[in-house]
Amino acid sequence: MSQPSPLSPIGALARLGQMVLGALGAVGRVAIFGLSTFSHMLRPPFYPREVLNALLQVGWLSLPVVGLTAIFTGGALALQIYAGGARFNAEAVVPQIVAIGMVRELGPVLVGLMIAARVTSSIAAEIATMKVTEQIDALVTLSTHPMKYLVAPRVLAALITVPVLVGVGDIIGIMGGYIVATQNLGFNPAAYLKNTVDFLELRDIVSSLVKGAAFGTIAATMGCYYGMQSGRGAQGVGRATKGSVEAAAVLILAANFVLTGVFFSL
Amino acid sequence: MIRLENVHKAFGDNKVLQGMTLTIPKGTSMVIIGGSGTGKSVALKSILGLIKPDSGTIHVDGKPADSGDRDAFLARFGMLFQGAALFDSLPVWQNVAFRLLRGSLKRPTEEARAIAIDKLRRVGLKADVADRLPAELSGGMQKRVGLARAIAAEPEIIFFDEPTTGLDPIMSGVINDLIREIVVEMGATAMTITHDMTSVRAIADNVAMLHAGVIQWTGPVAEMDASGDPYMEQFIHGRAEGPIEAVR
Repeated sequence: MSQPSPLSPIGALARLGQMVLGALGAVGRVAIFGLSTFSHMLRPPFYPREVLNALLQVGWLSLPVVGLTAIFTGGALALQIYAGGARFNAEAVVPQIVAIGMVRELGPVLVGLMIAARVTSSIAAEIATMKVTEQIDALVTLSTHPMKYLVAPRVLAALITVPVLVGVGDIIGIMGGYIVATQNLGFNPAAYLKNTVDFLELRDIVSSLVKGAAFGTIAATMGCYYGMQSGRGAQGVGRATKGSVEAAAVLILAANFVLTGVFFSL
Repeated sequence: MIRLENVHKAFGDNKVLQGMTLTIPKGTSMVIIGGSGTGKSVALKSILGLIKPDSGTIHVDGKPADSGDRDAFLARFGMLFQGAALFDSLPVWQNVAFRLLRGSLKRPTEEARAIAIDKLRRVGLKADVADRLPAELSGGMQKRVGLARAIAAEPEIIFFDEPTTGLDPIMSGVINDLIREIVVEMGATAMTITHDMTSVRAIADNVAMLHAGVIQWTGPVAEMDASGDPYMEQFIHGRAEGPIEAVR
């Protein structure tokens, strides 16, 4: 049967169909990979040393970048809200908006994106390099399942540590706003802190931590998935790394939209 | 004994194995030779289950390779990879003792370290390399560490994938001698894939020539030079003319 011309309407429709099928196939492969990862997390053997190492890499070593991102964002947010609020005499809402903005949105999303940049890329490059240098084949011949030894510990570590990082990022971001507001904008320190604490609800904090857990899982899973699917050579490693960060960032933003809807629109 | 029967494997349109049949008797050293891309590594990885053949059967000691307890099956094997495939993040001794530090063969850490240092000595490395990282070693030393890892758990069957690729002739000779000594000493069944004829003569009891996805000739190494097979003749003498097409 002859192929339709790519420039014809049928050809364009065929290309669109192929793209949709390709995208659905990719979603299916990632979903199966994610389910397999959770299944391996729950079944022995477990590798506690690998989990501890991943906790260190994903959590502890990400603290500086998360802290710096949060403090500058909190400070800038305070300046923006003050300047914007001044247009309709609402400068006083700086503590409340900084708190709600950091805890509900900016804290989880910025930490998630920082983790995607720092951790997802690192995981993808490491696993992809292990694949192209036959280290993953070597693991199998040494009776060690790569999903259990490489993937499950990293995803578990991200699931545990990213909510903690988000919590720390929220606090540092609020403190960034506090420093700018009290040092530059003339706010009373005690009143600023009281307004912040009084305005935040439990739901805000829970949503922040749940988003952290979801974004951490997405970031680590994408790194592992693209690493394990890597093609050959340096180009394969490069593509895996780039693809993992792109996918993680887009999925984090999409998940943020969905979770925000779940927590605050119902 | 390892038996491959009519094994086929294709990657897309690229038919790599097209009915490979080969028997490796227990306790012997089989060397598979053939040009690059002829499917030598695919055959080896198919036996280990790293690649699933499209059709055909693989039996190890009469049992299908893809049935039964996979951990117990893999525990019988040791493998030296082409690039050594050492784990970058682990020191040398933990690479060698990897299998002894986890899983069904787990030993106390001190005992595993002692075994690792003993195996490093067996392949001619001093104990002081034990705490170094693989990146701090030369290519030849990495191959020796890979060899030590392959024999650490005293496997019954050892695979060597291009053991001398990338090494100078002297280091190649050292590795070839080590492989031969270790295989004889352990009484292991060995399967080596290479295109280095010096390795073939040093390591093999039997030789098989793989070309176009099938075994073109197989027999004892002593009969290799007088095989009369045009593929073997061309490969042994490295001629450009012959049944094996040389891409220029």
